[in-house]
Amino acid sequence: MNIIAKRSASWVGGCVWYLERRALQESPRRFLHLLRNVNQQWVTFQHFNFLRHMYVTQLNRSFNQQIKPKPEPVPSPFLEKASLDEAKTEIYKMRPLSPASLSLSRKPNEKESIELEPTPVIEGSIAVGTETKEEKQWKEMKLRVDDLPGILARLSKIKLTALVVSTTSAGFALAPAPFDWPCFLLTFVGTGLASCAANSINQFFEVPFDSNMNRTKNRPLVRGQISPLLAVSFAACCAVPGVALLTWGVNPLTGALGLFNIFLYTCCYTPLKRISIANTWVGAVVGAIPPLMGWTAATGSLDAGAFLLGGILYSWQFPHFNALSWGLREDYSRGGYCMMSVTHPDLCRRVALRHCLALVAMSAAAPALDVTTWTFPVIALPINLYISYLGFRFYRDADRKSSRKLFFCSLWHLPLFLLLMLTCKRPAAQGDAGGPQS
Amino acid sequence: MAVSRFCPPRKSCHDWIGPPDKHSNLQPVHFYIPENESPLEQKLRELRQETQERNQQFWANQNLTFLKEKEEFIDSRLKAKGLELRAESGQKATLNAEEMADFYKEFLSKNFRKHMYCNRDWYKRNLAITFFMGKVALERIWNKLRLKQKKTSN
Repeated sequence: MNIIAKRSASWVGGCVWYLERRALQESPRRFLHLLRNVNQQWVTFQHFNFLRHMYVTQLNRSFNQQIKPKPEPVPSPFLEKASLDEAKTEIYKMRPLSPASLSLSRKPNEKESIELEPTPVIEGSIAVGTETKEEKQWKEMKLRVDDLPGILARLSKIKLTALVVSTTSAGFALAPAPFDWPCFLLTFVGTGLASCAANSINQFFEVPFDSNMNRTKNRPLVRGQISPLLAVSFAACCAVPGVALLTWGVNPLTGALGLFNIFLYTCCYTPLKRISIANTWVGAVVGAIPPLMGWTAATGSLDAGAFLLGGILYSWQFPHFNALSWGLREDYSRGGYCMMSVTHPDLCRRVALRHCLALVAMSAAAPALDVTTWTFPVIALPINLYISYLGFRFYRDADRKSSRKLFFCSLWHLPLFLLLMLTCKRPAAQGDAGGPQS
Repeated sequence: MAVSRFCPPRKSCHDWIGPPDKHSNLQPVHFYIPENESPLEQKLRELRQETQERNQQFWANQNLTFLKEKEEFIDSRLKAKGLELRAESGQKATLNAEEMADFYKEFLSKNFRKHMYCNRDWYKRNLAITFFMGKVALERIWNKLRLKQKKTSN
């Protein structure tokens, strides 16, 4: 009895081993040929499952955010590949079988030995048919050196960094000091590095929240393209040289402002976004500091002109952000972000309008503070009036159309405004102290 | 949480990340377990696994609740207006963004406390995971150096 059982067991084990070896050694085509007889009956069933899966996916897209399923051009190549994938999974499923796990009596062994081959394949086919499409979307979390620059660019929000650095450059250029190229380049690089660091930490903190918003779901940490450890290391590798460059290459005041801004953005603004609407005001200060840094880099001190420039950037944040946030209310509500547009919509629009008008007032203050000539408020009036008009429309209409108009206007208004300021810069008087201090 | 039936290829010794879950929008990670996993590595892996499961549960629940309550809000508003829930074309009637604003505000304030708790938990875990990742990285470097030293001395 025991000998028969052992022989049956070893025969079954041998079958399994044989199939495994064939699968691994032979080419996929020959193996498919092996399974074809079984598969043919399941071809139509898999096709149905595939279509059903596609339909459900399409339906869910309107409710949930999902990676858009790639359309399969022809069903048959897909099914062939599905068969191959099935074959692979069958091998994994069959592997754990060992002769010891089989029962010792004869009859059940015979039954098992007959059912052993088809059963796993059949059950596997049904289960695997629908999931191979999902399986293809799984990616190995292996960092490729070629991808690293792109990943780090997205991690550091390179476009936003570019905007921040250009406002710093505007501050540097508008300061009443002769333009010093080495100092400018050091400020440029230092501020850029500080901004990269701050943006990386911000993304590091917000992974699960970013996953749930359309705007941010493709960020590197969300998609697992980089590990959190690497993200933090990168941030440190940007922050340390960036702040050091500003402190010792430019001046300590600029370095201190840079460090303070990193702290404000990562440790105040980022967590505050989920606690209180005050985050918008803190965020506006974060946006106002870079031009301040540009000014202090050129002159070494914070004076009225610096604060005016900071004030301009501060006020600009409100029509820009409040208009943007108007269209994201659903995402903010679902994701748990405390934004004025959701909790205090009237305040949101009122503040946006208020700051559009503040921009007009500050253009008039520019010549009074010797930053620009009196030509500036005059030539800036048309664009200032236009943004104020759009701010008023947003305040009154409170709809998506007016919010979008205001947002897009803010995108071109700022660079044009700064450019006009530069062209109307008050020429330096004789005996002006200004100059880069180290 | 639906357990993924994904099985990574045998030769891979990395983690694998899947497509976003349709309820939570989070991308699940299948963690690789090396043969010679140290206690520290195991602790890290278990922490990451646990954090992933908690996040999955929270966000799946959050999103589903949102959708459900949104539907209920739309239905009740449409009924109050005396409008049909479906237009003649069979399309579901919706409210515009301004009408939905009340719902968004209410939903946000209702879930505020839950988010506070979740935020605190997430920040703690995220920092712990990153810290342990650093420790594991150092441990691996140290082991490699020790191995090299042994080889050169032999």
